[in-house]
Amino acid sequence: MIKLHLRLLIFMCSFSLFAQDYFPSNSGVKSKNSNYTAFTNATIHVSPTEVIENGTLLIKEGKVVGVGNSVNIPKNTTKVDLSGKSIYPSFIDMYTTFGVKKPKRGGNGPQYGASRSGFYWNDHIMPEQDVMASFKYDSKSASEMHKLGFGVVNTHMPDGIVRGTGALIALNNNADNSMRVVDGESSQQLSFSKSVTSRQRYPSSIMGSMALLRQMYNDAKWYSGGNVDTKDLSLEALNKNKNLIQIFEAGSRANLLRADKVGDAFNIQYTIVGGGDEYERINEVKKTNATIILPINFQLAYDVDNPFLASTLSLSDMRSWNQEPHNPKILAENGINFALTTHGLKSKKSFKSNLMKAIESGLSKQKALEALTTIPAKLLGKSDILGTLKTGSYANFLITDGDIFKEKTKLYENWVQGTPHVITDMDTKDIDGDYTFKLAGDNYKLSISGSTDKPKAKLESGDKSLGTKMSYKNDWINLTFKTADSTKKEYIRIAAHTGSGKSLNGKATLPNGNDLSFYANKEPEILETKSGVDGKVKIPPTMKPVTYPNMAYGFTEKPKSETLLFKNATVWTNEIDGILVNTDVLIKDGKISKIGKDLSDRNAKVIDASGKHITAGIIDEHSHIAAASINEGGQNSSAEVTIEDVIDDEDIDVYRNLAGGVTSIQILHGSANPIGGRSAIIKLKWGASADDLIYDNSPKFIKFALGENVKQSRSSTNSRFPQSRMGVEQVYMDYFSRAKAYDQLKKSGKPYRKDAEMEVLVEILNKERFISCHSYVQSEINMLMKVAERFNFNINTFTHILEGYKVADKMKEHGVGGSTFSDWWAYKYEVNDAIPFNAAIMHNAGVTVAINSDDAEMSRRINQEAAKSVKYGGISEEEAWKFVTLNPAKLLHLDDRVGSLKVGKDADVVLWSDHPLSVYAKAEKTIIEGVTYFDLARDKQMREAIMEEKSELINLMLQDKNKGLKTQPVKKKEKELLHCDSIDLHN
Amino acid sequence: MKTLNKIYSLIFLLCLTLGFAQQTPAPKQTKDFAIVGATAHIGNGTVIENSTIIVSDGKIITIGPEASTPVTKQAMDIIDAKGKHVYPGFIVSNGTLGLVEVDAVKASNDLSELGTFNPHIRSIIAYNAESKIVESMRPNGVLLGQVVPRGGRISGTSSIVQYDAWNWEDAAIKTDDGIHINWPSSFSRGRWWLGEDPGLKPNKNYDKQVKELVDYMNESKSYNKGGKDESHLPFEALAGLFDGSKRLYINVDDEKGITDAVNFAKEQGINNITIVGAYQAGNLTNFLKQNNVSVFLRRVHTRPEMEDDDYDLPFKLAKKLVDAGILVSLEPSGQMERMNSRNLPFYAGTTVAHGLTKEQALQLITENAAKIMGIDDLYGTLEVGKSATLFISEGDALDMRTNQLSHAFIDGRNLSLETHQTELWKRYSEKYNQQD
Repeated sequence: MIKLHLRLLIFMCSFSLFAQDYFPSNSGVKSKNSNYTAFTNATIHVSPTEVIENGTLLIKEGKVVGVGNSVNIPKNTTKVDLSGKSIYPSFIDMYTTFGVKKPKRGGNGPQYGASRSGFYWNDHIMPEQDVMASFKYDSKSASEMHKLGFGVVNTHMPDGIVRGTGALIALNNNADNSMRVVDGESSQQLSFSKSVTSRQRYPSSIMGSMALLRQMYNDAKWYSGGNVDTKDLSLEALNKNKNLIQIFEAGSRANLLRADKVGDAFNIQYTIVGGGDEYERINEVKKTNATIILPINFQLAYDVDNPFLASTLSLSDMRSWNQEPHNPKILAENGINFALTTHGLKSKKSFKSNLMKAIESGLSKQKALEALTTIPAKLLGKSDILGTLKTGSYANFLITDGDIFKEKTKLYENWVQGTPHVITDMDTKDIDGDYTFKLAGDNYKLSISGSTDKPKAKLESGDKSLGTKMSYKNDWINLTFKTADSTKKEYIRIAAHTGSGKSLNGKATLPNGNDLSFYANKEPEILETKSGVDGKVKIPPTMKPVTYPNMAYGFTEKPKSETLLFKNATVWTNEIDGILVNTDVLIKDGKISKIGKDLSDRNAKVIDASGKHITAGIIDEHSHIAAASINEGGQNSSAEVTIEDVIDDEDIDVYRNLAGGVTSIQILHGSANPIGGRSAIIKLKWGASADDLIYDNSPKFIKFALGENVKQSRSSTNSRFPQSRMGVEQVYMDYFSRAKAYDQLKKSGKPYRKDAEMEVLVEILNKERFISCHSYVQSEINMLMKVAERFNFNINTFTHILEGYKVADKMKEHGVGGSTFSDWWAYKYEVNDAIPFNAAIMHNAGVTVAINSDDAEMSRRINQEAAKSVKYGGISEEEAWKFVTLNPAKLLHLDDRVGSLKVGKDADVVLWSDHPLSVYAKAEKTIIEGVTYFDLARDKQMREAIMEEKSELINLMLQDKNKGLKTQPVKKKEKELLHCDSIDLHN
Repeated sequence: MKTLNKIYSLIFLLCLTLGFAQQTPAPKQTKDFAIVGATAHIGNGTVIENSTIIVSDGKIITIGPEASTPVTKQAMDIIDAKGKHVYPGFIVSNGTLGLVEVDAVKASNDLSELGTFNPHIRSIIAYNAESKIVESMRPNGVLLGQVVPRGGRISGTSSIVQYDAWNWEDAAIKTDDGIHINWPSSFSRGRWWLGEDPGLKPNKNYDKQVKELVDYMNESKSYNKGGKDESHLPFEALAGLFDGSKRLYINVDDEKGITDAVNFAKEQGINNITIVGAYQAGNLTNFLKQNNVSVFLRRVHTRPEMEDDDYDLPFKLAKKLVDAGILVSLEPSGQMERMNSRNLPFYAGTTVAHGLTKEQALQLITENAAKIMGIDDLYGTLEVGKSATLFISEGDALDMRTNQLSHAFIDGRNLSLETHQTELWKRYSEKYNQQD
């Protein structure tokens, strides 16, 4: 007790230290404690790379004034002997919302304008937000963080796309903000998520958030150039904050790559809050050069006891349970800098156990310590005062009984700015162990556990267990237990001193009141020869191999381009040669090398294709698979967004499309607005990363849309222009008129505000970008062609174009293609007159016709949809086949590369089991640039491997549960089927 | 190209003169006719090459190989169908044709009723015999179908109609054939607006929801024993389940749910049960077989439900169930299901690419559907004494390349194959021909 008081005294004294010099004092005389405190004989981890054995740490006024083996100790020093104990710099969490309440959701219904004035036009851009305005020190949360070893946190307002400045706070429970606030403007915070306080619709998708950020940076530059007469406090703040560390909450490796892409365009290197799944695309993550703030919210094992429920688990979810703990190690191995954070943990308490998991999975202790100390300190520009215990640093340190990265290591005290926060009283002697004693002729065995925390005793005599109560304080234990005679309710009481910790010495009072002397001897400890719990050998967890993509049907090794010779096939050339029977096709270097009879090549893998058909790969002009978002409907024009920003490289529908013979698709923006977003045209190279899926030198496309969707016919609110087909025309007239003026200004050499939307529209006017327009009824189809003609360009493609047959002659004259459904109709009012003969009529009128899917289900059997043109309208089979190959290639300006089997073109080829237009045909091999991405036989093997891996993972999860570890309920993975109408649930 | 167009326009003109006015139901058969020379696909797994089929008074009176069944009658129309194929009319199980005209137009939608337990809701009275979507079935050989209400726990009572009628009474071939239940789901979604994880998690209320259903059935059983004071329409509507006059259709996809649903029906003493959907029935073939449970298998043209599932699982499931001896038919429910019902033959065709024989696949949408729905006394196969509900196709009707109808008959009535869609086709083809 005396020692404790002493320590508290130091603590109280240090308090006055924080009152600032120039503040008046009305509570007593002005006093300042300028004594030293020395921590001696400790193992001091000055920094992750420097350890001093038997060292001394000298602090004064909240700072380190000396550290080493021979520190000069002044007279006015209070000494604390830390023999056998260790000192570490305390941890820094860069990404918290400490002391900040998240604002409440505001408003109802969609809103298209901003709700503020004097600020940026979009409510979700709030660089002027200052976290200190709503900061309230929370000593309860601070105590929680102390227990985990944290001394300093960076906090911010977790709301909005640009969230304003964060602040760096020392978790000093016995000071006020004048002392605790290390930096009131320590960072600028960003994310892709909108503010909950505003209902402004834009942006309604991640690609919209990306576009908004880009436009914001352009506008900030324009504003700082003095080109704007009015005030914009947001842009002013943004420009002011630009030298701060820019912390971007991405939350997943996919969004991490997206965030970095936005930053790169403006020479901004964000520090990015990751998702813990970076290992899935480690090379891409590495290429960003970003430092990552890494959550370690590893998943719990799923509760797989119920086989019915367990069967709904996907391999990818099960794998992430197994793989995630290895993520920190993998980042470290790849030389990626990262700081660790408690962000994302459901319960902060699990930080230590997850950190231990990461270390067990191979993260070095040094890296772990760096990620918690020096790296965040450096990122925050505070290496001189935080992260190490070098002279001049804050006296922010931890006292432990050993290696801080060991499971059982005790954290005694967490000092922040020279203020101790006691976690476990280090003066309490650890008296855990087994003791034996004799009392009145009986032998007893006493086991004490949890002595420094929650002491517990178990007492046995003979083979009987006796009910026991124990207390332990200041080196004295009191023990009360029931006598062995169970017929009586009699108790024996013991009071004993713990002495050196090897024995207990005192007296026992028997039920009859007699006192006896008491001596218990501690049994020698059995040294742990094996590590781990229960003395069992702990096997380090093995990581299941990452596949590309990291899910079912992913490739362990990316498949390579091969030289392939198909013999004796029926070959659908789509060229003047027509359909050739008993013909060979040679694929070499990713290209179609030869087509003819009796071909040979020494290096080729020969495939017997007799009785089978070979065609060019299918091209789907209108797809929405492989995208993380489809519609940016927050405004009536969203030319500034691009699907290329939101490609999803782990969509199983890509694989399923390959199994249907599809090799290329255009991922179109949705139809929420008259001017939609730009397309991504990709090859279905299953396993490649998002950016590698996109065509090299991809033709540029944009989606436009007409009719019911853009006039929001099925929306309950009607506050967005246009609400009629009449208005739709005016949207186009307006935008193209402005784009023309923009282009003229730009070309004039005068200064102009860079407008991403206008830049795209100018590309259309200059015939560098092509329109694929969602369209249904003849009036609107006609209208758009007339608008285009007035601005002297052509519409490239009408997609859907279900009443194209009514204006096929006009389409032919305008030179626009039609990409339509085979037989869809009756799903909404504007498709009343849709007929399955549409493709045939347009084709007969001379329009280039494609059959598209707009649907992940249809696209995987779109050969059947082409065949319907034979049924409805009597198109020849050869022409019908072009509807899903050569014609969409033409419409996409890719017919010089793909769409037919011609020597020199890309080897995007499908081997069919049967006539490709037949309902009975199956794709046996789907090849892109000589790489076999789908193979029926390999698919069978993969199925078996998936089963095997899942059973293995289920076993491992059961082991976890049986060990008593917590589990989480099974979840069923779902992938929303995206269509034109799909609106993102993007907040 | 121009000459080709001219040929087409000639064909159109011919069609126009021969064709009937759109949507006018064909009159009753007055004269016997014979279809001669076609490959007859009986619908029960067998085929007769070079067949002769004689139809009188709406019924098939003769069917057999051409040689053994010479056409003798004088007053008979002969349809020369050499090289062509004859099929029984395809039957849509678990359809909703006629209940909705345009999906997105609420006013045209009569698909489901308010409430949880709606056995008394009868689909037949809302069936729109003049639907433009219904008429678009006929050119593909889809001639009959069940009309099923949707929604709630007990959706209501279905009926079976033929697709060439003046009104619903005229259309009905079996009214109130079955009761449709949506089995509680094993998974439910978190309420995201309350901050819950919106993902699919095991449904905590599953047991409670099942019990509610059991209680409801028990109450209904008690009620139907007699002695009631006041009438209770929903309970009354369930009586047919217990006396065997109605079939119970249970919509459920997951393995445990299917097991629970079948056990539930057995405990209720309901023997005529069909599982609708049945995505995971592949793991329960023995159980289903033992319990004599038939299956309306969910739309073949769907994506696999789970990421890890075999890409072709929805395509090959029919094969697995059929091989196990389960009575299977195909159902079309899902997105745009009404207009897509005309693709029923191609759903069947797809099962052929994934294991079934063509005749087995045909059975799924003819004989099996008729058997399950209890209309096999007259429909589903080409057999003597059965209704002449059949069509003639230029080629294999399960393949879109060759599904080209020249004739279709319901109860011997020679149907128009014209539709709103063929009329527009002709009108605009003609427009461009005039421009040439």
